[in-house]
Amino acid sequence: MTRDEITTGLAEILEEVAGVNPDDVAEGKSFTDDLDVDSLSMVEVVVAAEEKFGVKIPDNEVQNLKTVGDAVSYIAAQS
Amino acid sequence: MSRPDVVVTGLGATTPLGGDVASTWDAMLAGRSGVSALTQEWAEQLPVRIAAQLAVEPSEVLDRVRLRRLDRSEAIAIIAAQQAWADAGLAGSDLDGERLAVSVGSGIGGATTLLAQDDILEASGPRRVSPHTIPMLMPNGPAAWVGLELGAKAGVHSVASACATGAEAIALGLDIIRSGRADVVVAGGTEAVIHPLPIAGFSSMRAMSTRNDDPERASRPWDRGRDGFVLGEGAGIVVLERAEHAAARGARVYARLAGAGITSDAYDIVQPHAEGEGAIRAIAKAIADADVAKRDIVHVNAHATSTPVGDMLEIGGLHKALGDHPVLSATKSMTGHLLGAAGALESIATILAIRDSVVPPTINLDDPEPGLTLDVAAHKARHMEIPAALNNAFGFGGHNVALVFARP
Repeated sequence: MTRDEITTGLAEILEEVAGVNPDDVAEGKSFTDDLDVDSLSMVEVVVAAEEKFGVKIPDNEVQNLKTVGDAVSYIAAQS
Repeated sequence: MSRPDVVVTGLGATTPLGGDVASTWDAMLAGRSGVSALTQEWAEQLPVRIAAQLAVEPSEVLDRVRLRRLDRSEAIAIIAAQQAWADAGLAGSDLDGERLAVSVGSGIGGATTLLAQDDILEASGPRRVSPHTIPMLMPNGPAAWVGLELGAKAGVHSVASACATGAEAIALGLDIIRSGRADVVVAGGTEAVIHPLPIAGFSSMRAMSTRNDDPERASRPWDRGRDGFVLGEGAGIVVLERAEHAAARGARVYARLAGAGITSDAYDIVQPHAEGEGAIRAIAKAIADADVAKRDIVHVNAHATSTPVGDMLEIGGLHKALGDHPVLSATKSMTGHLLGAAGALESIATILAIRDSVVPPTINLDDPEPGLTLDVAAHKARHMEIPAALNNAFGFGGHNVALVFARP
């Protein structure tokens, strides 16, 4: 799976869970500061991403995933 | 310092009869029933397959993402509160949040969230349970969301007294303003538990009507053919305000909340006291608190749920506490029983009855009980001057609440 494909997949999740416009989702965007994803919604994003990409994202990793790019890198390395 | 007067300056509701107060009130005056058959697959196995479902789905009002994190009872509380707030002319106002409180309760709370998330837990394990589960099911959720929505910083309260909740929440609002803790209180009740488990539970108590083949005629307070209540869902919210505060901002005033009476039976967990003793005391306390002459209380929106025992006990209580002159309504004949929202929705009906000088009808009262010795506006609305009116609400647990509203 390419980085672009993972970004697109995350954008779908972010739209479903938090109402984020897919056009706003890019690797450089911060989940909290740029996309306005609060902590409870981030939990939902992580669980949905695990399901979508067939990876495990432990809770202690989630705090390191500040940007969409961080998440893409983590998922790309796991899958 | 003399006790401040408290007035009602805003109304909001979403009910089985309409998505707002105006459509609900129009339907009530026209004598329409909000009860229909439950066509969901889960209803097939139930002994009760009728309910009074919302006329307007919350998804038509609130956006999808917002609804993901709201229990249905919370969503409709927000919707009704937004309406009441706008109706009071407070939308966009510079009201000090530290002078604004919320008192919104629910009879059963976020039960449908609890049950849905339990299904997820069983099927998919704990990691799939929504992180929104707790704020969706906590009993203070509706009050807290309304407080967030409106910026209330003088306290957010969630009364829980079963089917008396909505009325008791309004009574608490009265106390809050009288005590000086707030100038404005957004008060009322919300309920949304049309789901197989609550229906099965009430049904096992033999409390619900099983007139499945004739939904619109199932809720029939005081009629000899009544066989239980019909479960309804909805929310009713009022804006209560210190009268001087309302006058200073030139607010339109619907009515005065003149007084409240609250008692408990200490008799049985679900059965009302055999002589209606607690109800009589609540009505008497409300009248005394209101400082309104009994003869001026010419209309009562009764609790009257269409259950065999409770309906007639209330008649006896009204006779003793108020006399034989009031004209009654049982608007549950049209809305079904909104449990924790009932007392709030019926307060709204009582307030509008005063404003419009009209007693809403009681439908389905085809064969009145011989003991129904008080006048009821059966089938059709009745126009008459209403200087003051009473709303009763009683709940499992032995809760009795009576509210007196009067012309401003």
